[in-house]
Amino acid sequence: MQVEDGEVFGLLGPNGAGKSTTIKLLMGIIFPTTGSAQILGKPVSDVSMHRDIGYLPEQPYFYDYLTAAEVLDYFARFHGFNAAERKERVQKMLQRVGLETAGKIQLRKFSKGMLQRVGLAQAILHDPKLVILDEPMSGLDPVGRREVRDIILELKNAGKTILFSTHILPDAETLCDRVGVIARGQLRGVGAPGSIVGVKSLGMEIVFELTGSGPQSEPIRAKAAKSGSNYRMNANEAELYGVLAELREAGAKIVSVTQIKPTLEDFFMELVGKDGARAAAIEVTGQ
Amino acid sequence: MSRILIVALNTFREAVRDRVLYNLVFFALLMIASAVIVGQISMDIETIVMVSLGLSAISLIGLLIAVFTGVGLVSKEIDKRTLHAVLAKPLRRWEFLLGKFTGLVLTLTVNTAAMGAGLFLAMWYVKHSIARGDTVVLVALYFILLKLTLVVALAMMFSCFTSPLLAILFTGGLYVAGLFVAQLRSLQVTQMSAHTQKFFALLSFLLPNFGNYDVMGAATHGRAIPRILVLHNTLYTALYCAIVLSVAAIIFSRKDLK
Repeated sequence: MQVEDGEVFGLLGPNGAGKSTTIKLLMGIIFPTTGSAQILGKPVSDVSMHRDIGYLPEQPYFYDYLTAAEVLDYFARFHGFNAAERKERVQKMLQRVGLETAGKIQLRKFSKGMLQRVGLAQAILHDPKLVILDEPMSGLDPVGRREVRDIILELKNAGKTILFSTHILPDAETLCDRVGVIARGQLRGVGAPGSIVGVKSLGMEIVFELTGSGPQSEPIRAKAAKSGSNYRMNANEAELYGVLAELREAGAKIVSVTQIKPTLEDFFMELVGKDGARAAAIEVTGQ
Repeated sequence: MSRILIVALNTFREAVRDRVLYNLVFFALLMIASAVIVGQISMDIETIVMVSLGLSAISLIGLLIAVFTGVGLVSKEIDKRTLHAVLAKPLRRWEFLLGKFTGLVLTLTVNTAAMGAGLFLAMWYVKHSIARGDTVVLVALYFILLKLTLVVALAMMFSCFTSPLLAILFTGGLYVAGLFVAQLRSLQVTQMSAHTQKFFALLSFLLPNFGNYDVMGAATHGRAIPRILVLHNTLYTALYCAIVLSVAAIIFSRKDLK
């Protein structure tokens, strides 16, 4: 697996797939039994390249006897900033993650979402070239998630490389240039979110209103699914125009016609399903 | 600022905010009560009682902090996963370890100095003067600090590869065993097998000799402590700590954090 310079790369996989393990290996928190990894051309064992890396751990926890400003100041010291630079950066970061009014509060009084914001602030405090985020949306409310998404996009626009793990697939689809899917510790696919799941259409979805009660409308009602005040029906692309003509004759009003494409979630679920079946087979055969 | 110093100062700040230094209040109350009571019994043993009580309290309080806080220095960071963000900074694991050690030794130095000042105040209250001979109490305080430094190093080392509870037990056990190194060396070994003799001889040199730091008798009676002992204990502590911390650093550098 290779993450290119300047891209947003999403590491996807179900719980226990190995996303956080991969990230911890990259950060030197745990050590590989075999294999190797390099960041910015240096082996991961070289701590000096941590100057150029920002890391947000999964469910981050910091010294709760410090205030948000103090913890950021503490981390900034490792990067050699002087007092004035530290003060400026800390204020800027608190503002960026929406904690400007909470800077003087001890972290023991922070909610999970607020700690996540502190985590993000310490990760980007020193303007790193590479930002590694382990489940950055975890514990955040919709507003917080939106803010984190915006920060990731800002970082991307500033030319940073971002590697993040998530199991929130719409986030990955929205943000990532490429994704890597991990299941049971193995990389199962790498590519753009669209290409990894294939671009082949799965058919068409037609949404329509049907108010009439003529003899032609009954078979259509029987085939369609009720969805609120509308009806929903799937058709393959070859028979689309025929179905639309049939609907028109029955007096239906077409609301929308949409192509159904496989989502990352479909791919993900298929993968997890396959692995589940394989695990069961292994259990039965003992091999 | 050196990375070790950054960690050390934060460790000191942690101790202060976690109210580790609150023990000073207890010590102050103990000294005040003792001084008042001892001041009323005039049998020329006031100084002996005050110094003996004061040094014992300083040593015991220091030991409790050194063992319990020393064990928690690293294990708490691993358990709470506060280490993950710290190790993502340009900081080597051994630098972190040495920073935590330095921070706690700094805490114990401030603590011992404050309690030492309290002891001198109590002595002055009892005797109404401080004589030149009382400087031996300063040496005794210095030896207590050296002892605590070694205990912190041992506690940290054990906490790098075992659970906090076992680390406390190992450190406590080693401390008690280390008090009897002199007796171990003077064991009547003629009735033992050659192997047993060798084992006890080796053990007596491997165990940290905490008996070296005990100068209570000299301090209470105002007897001078030989300079060579001061030099010996200083070098012994430095060397022993260097070995113990090196072992701790090797273990910690290869440890998978959860």
